[in-house]
Formats: sequence, C-alpha cells, structure tokens
Amino acid sequence: MADKTVSAGDAAAAVRSGMTVGIGGWGSRRKPMELVRALLRTDVDDLTVVSWGGPDLGLLCATKKASTVHYPFCTLDSIPLEPHFRKARQDAAVSAIEWDEGMFYWGLTAGSMRLPFLPSRAGLGSDVFRSDPRLRTVASPYTDEDLVAVPPLRFDVAFVHVNRADAAGNGQILGADPYFDDLFCKCADAVYMSAEAVVPTAALLDAGPLPTLRINRMAVTGVVEAPGGAGFTECPPDYGRDEAAQKEYAATARDPDAFDAWLAAWLDQDGAR
Amino acid sequence: MTAPRRADVCVVALAECFRGDGELFASPMGTIPTIGARLARATFEPDLVLTDGIATAVAGTLPLGGAPGDNGTVVEGWMPFRTVFDTLWWGRRHVVMGATQVDRRGNQNIACIGDWERPKAMLLGMRGAPGNTINHTTSYWVPKQSDRVFVEAVDFVSGLGYDRAAAVGGAARFHEIRAVVSDLGVFDFPAPDHTMRLVSVHPGVSVGDVVAATGFDLDVGEHAEVGVTRTPTAAEMDVIEEIDPGGLRYREVPDPEPQA
Repeated sequence: MADKTVSAGDAAAAVRSGMTVGIGGWGSRRKPMELVRALLRTDVDDLTVVSWGGPDLGLLCATKKASTVHYPFCTLDSIPLEPHFRKARQDAAVSAIEWDEGMFYWGLTAGSMRLPFLPSRAGLGSDVFRSDPRLRTVASPYTDEDLVAVPPLRFDVAFVHVNRADAAGNGQILGADPYFDDLFCKCADAVYMSAEAVVPTAALLDAGPLPTLRINRMAVTGVVEAPGGAGFTECPPDYGRDEAAQKEYAATARDPDAFDAWLAAWLDQDGAR
Repeated sequence: MTAPRRADVCVVALAECFRGDGELFASPMGTIPTIGARLARATFEPDLVLTDGIATAVAGTLPLGGAPGDNGTVVEGWMPFRTVFDTLWWGRRHVVMGATQVDRRGNQNIACIGDWERPKAMLLGMRGAPGNTINHTTSYWVPKQSDRVFVEAVDFVSGLGYDRAAAVGGAARFHEIRAVVSDLGVFDFPAPDHTMRLVSVHPGVSVGDVVAATGFDLDVGEHAEVGVTRTPTAAEMDVIEEIDPGGLRYREVPDPEPQA
C-alpha cells in the first residue's frame, strides 16, 4: 500500500483559486481545522465552500477566501449563531446557497453515486427555491406527484478530520457520530484527511471495532497527521470542544482589528505544518 | 409539591403535544420541549424514542445535560444524524422546533430576517425544517410570544405551513402542524382553511394578552371556547424536578411580571 502521508501545507497546495472545496464534520464538531489553517496560509481566493457549516465556514468568510458558501446551517453549537458567517451574510459579502439538511445529505449521496440528481420530498413548498433558483422539480413516473431533483454535490478538493488513520488512507472515526465524511470523500477529485494519529494498519482495530473504519483508502489522496487537528471544535473521544478558545474566536466578529490580531496569532500557532 | 410556575405549565403543554404518538422518535429542540418530551415518556407515552440530544437513544428518564447511565438510564440505540434523516423520511418522527417567526397558516422561519440576499439578521439557516415539515408531524415552541414572532407573513419559509403544503399537493400528504405552544398559550389549526386558533391560555394570561402579542387575525373562539392550559399534577412536578433539578426551564420562561 502506498504511503500517502503529506503535510498540511501539501494538502492546502492542492486548492487553487476558483475551486469548490467540501469540508467534513458538522457545526463545531470534528472540523478539519488544521487543514483550514493551512489553507488560510495560502493566497488562494474565490472559493466555493460546501459544509455543514461551523467555524470552517466562518473563517473562510471572514478571511474573504470564500466567494460562495453552500450550507444547510452555520453554527458553533454552544454559540448557536456563527458570528463571522452572519456578518458575511448580512454584509452580502458572499453568495449563498442554502439547502435543507436532508437535501444536503441527498446531494452528497447523488455526488457519491455519480447521479445527475436524486428525488426528494424535502424542500418542496419551502423557500429553498428562493435560496437556490437553479433547483428544479421532477415528475414521478409512477405516481401523480412532483419531487425536488436534488443535484449532486461535487468538489475539486475535500478536507475531513478523523481520529485515527493509517498511512494508506484508511480512516477511523471513534466518536458517536460519523456525520457524512465518507460521502464528502466520494464526492471529491482529491481528498485530504487529517487524523489525530497515523498508526500502523495493524493497530487500527486497537482503538475501536470494525464499523469505526468509516473511510476506505480508495477515496483518500493524502493523509495528514495532525494531533489536535480539529482545533477548538470537538473531536471525541480524543477531546471535547475548547469553549474558551471558541468564545475568543467568536468575540472577534465585532471588531476587524481584533479579528486580524486573533487570526495572525492563530496562523502562527504551530500545527502540523 | 413545588407550586407550578409558568414554565412548568409550558412543559406540560409541550408534553401534551406528544399524546397519542406511540412508538416514534420524538425530537424536541430547546430546554422546555426536551423536558416536555421526557415527561411525556415518563408518564403517558412510554414508547417514545428519545436521545441524549447527541447520537444515543436512551431508555429511562435522563436529566438535562445528563449522559446515558445517569439516573438509572441505559443506552437503547444509535441515532447519528444519518439515521435521523432516514427516520424522518420514513415518517416515524415528531419534531418540536423553534420559530423566530410563525404565521397564521403555520409557516415557520428560522433562516433569516429581512431579504434573503442581504438579511437584516442572519439566523441559523433553514436546517432541516423543509424536510421535517413535509415528512412528519411538527410542533413549534415559542418561548417569548410577540407580534414580531407571530407575524402576518414570515420573511422566509423554512417550515411549511398549511397553505404551502396545499400548494404542493399529494407529495405533502404527511404534513401536519400539531400545535404551537408559546409562553402565553396553546394554538392549533383545525379549521377547514387551517388558520391558527387559540386553544387555551396559560393560567394568568387573558385572551386579550394573546391577541396583543399576535400580529395577525387569530381565531379566538369562532369554532370553540378558549380553555385554560392545565397545570402539572404533583406527580408530574416530581418528574419535571427529576429532569430539570437546576431549574433551567425558569430561565427559558421566567415568571410573569406581577400585574401593576
């Protein structure tokens, strides 16, 4: 098996201006913050960012890396509204595409299955058609009803963060919820997976049972060893959310100078460079 | 027994939303709906499936903020988000969501205030509200009713009301807004045109108080007498205390100001 280990900087270098980037995790939970940090150290911009939004989305808005954001919500969980994302939306600093959560799951599924769409009851009758005017309905060939034709989500690059991985790209998620990271990996041309620890393949089952091996190496381009790689977001069972650090980040949304200072210090922190 | 306060009446009103649901997944959002759902299961709806608020289905009566094992509870199942969507598309779910705005036909907005393109206030985003409301029973919880929440028309339709569902047609056949519960009263949509009706006022609240806190023409008794929301029994108060010993419910709904 090939050794796919790379640095966070190498992973970030796969992203070029104008690309679409999918980011795994959920809200302020198991976000690939070390990979986001590496991306913020580059000079790319004009990104379309697709995410179950948390501080990843907030940061990419606040740093003007994102020109379009595609999400079903954006939250810091313990702080319900992501303040940097809110500011970008309220200033109309980013284009936004907002979908129902189930549609988002279905878009990831369609993307992973290489389908042009999947039918969905979710979204019908709601203002999702206002937030995404591209959406169309499709007539059921079997019954007298129309359904939303959810288009596939596809990414040039996807970033996910897991608890353990081997060097070949097998990823292990030890927390109670694997979210949809396996689908993000199947929807992308290039996938970079950071892990709290890169362990020998033979050691993977030491940490958890077979169903924790959620991500297969076929879907992974590069593996980044990044202890603490979820940043201040939670990464159970390795660590919980750093509420104090998150609060500090959130508070900077009120003051651009404070954000610049926070960002400079955050980018300077020694991650898995 | 501890004397019931306004928040306790709200807990019981939320619990009552689940009456008759049987064996389905109850998904309460917010402190008082969570206490209400846990109270319902501990008393008259023992077959409800409830989680710890994360990804674990838990049997027994879990206190707020508690983990499986606390108060004699045990893990009975796994409910990660993917399973939540599978379950809600299957229809075996009753959600209680919040509503930053709700209108006369039961349309709900949790996405943004003002224009979609440049909102005056960006909120959570639509989350799962479109899919929830078209797939299974939904109720709403409004901890502080005012005419800014109960509005003539919502700025953005996250959750479908009855008019939007009717416009969809057959694909919306699973749509049901069971109830809206606020800090002032309980509401439902039984009329043929499914406009919001005041079912009951909480003790100490007048119909006039509710009308004053409503920004649309509310049905206040054309079809039935407005009742008074029941107060919890002594046994129910014991269960509520067991679930919320720290009194978080009184922070979500403080006691009303004494009348001048």
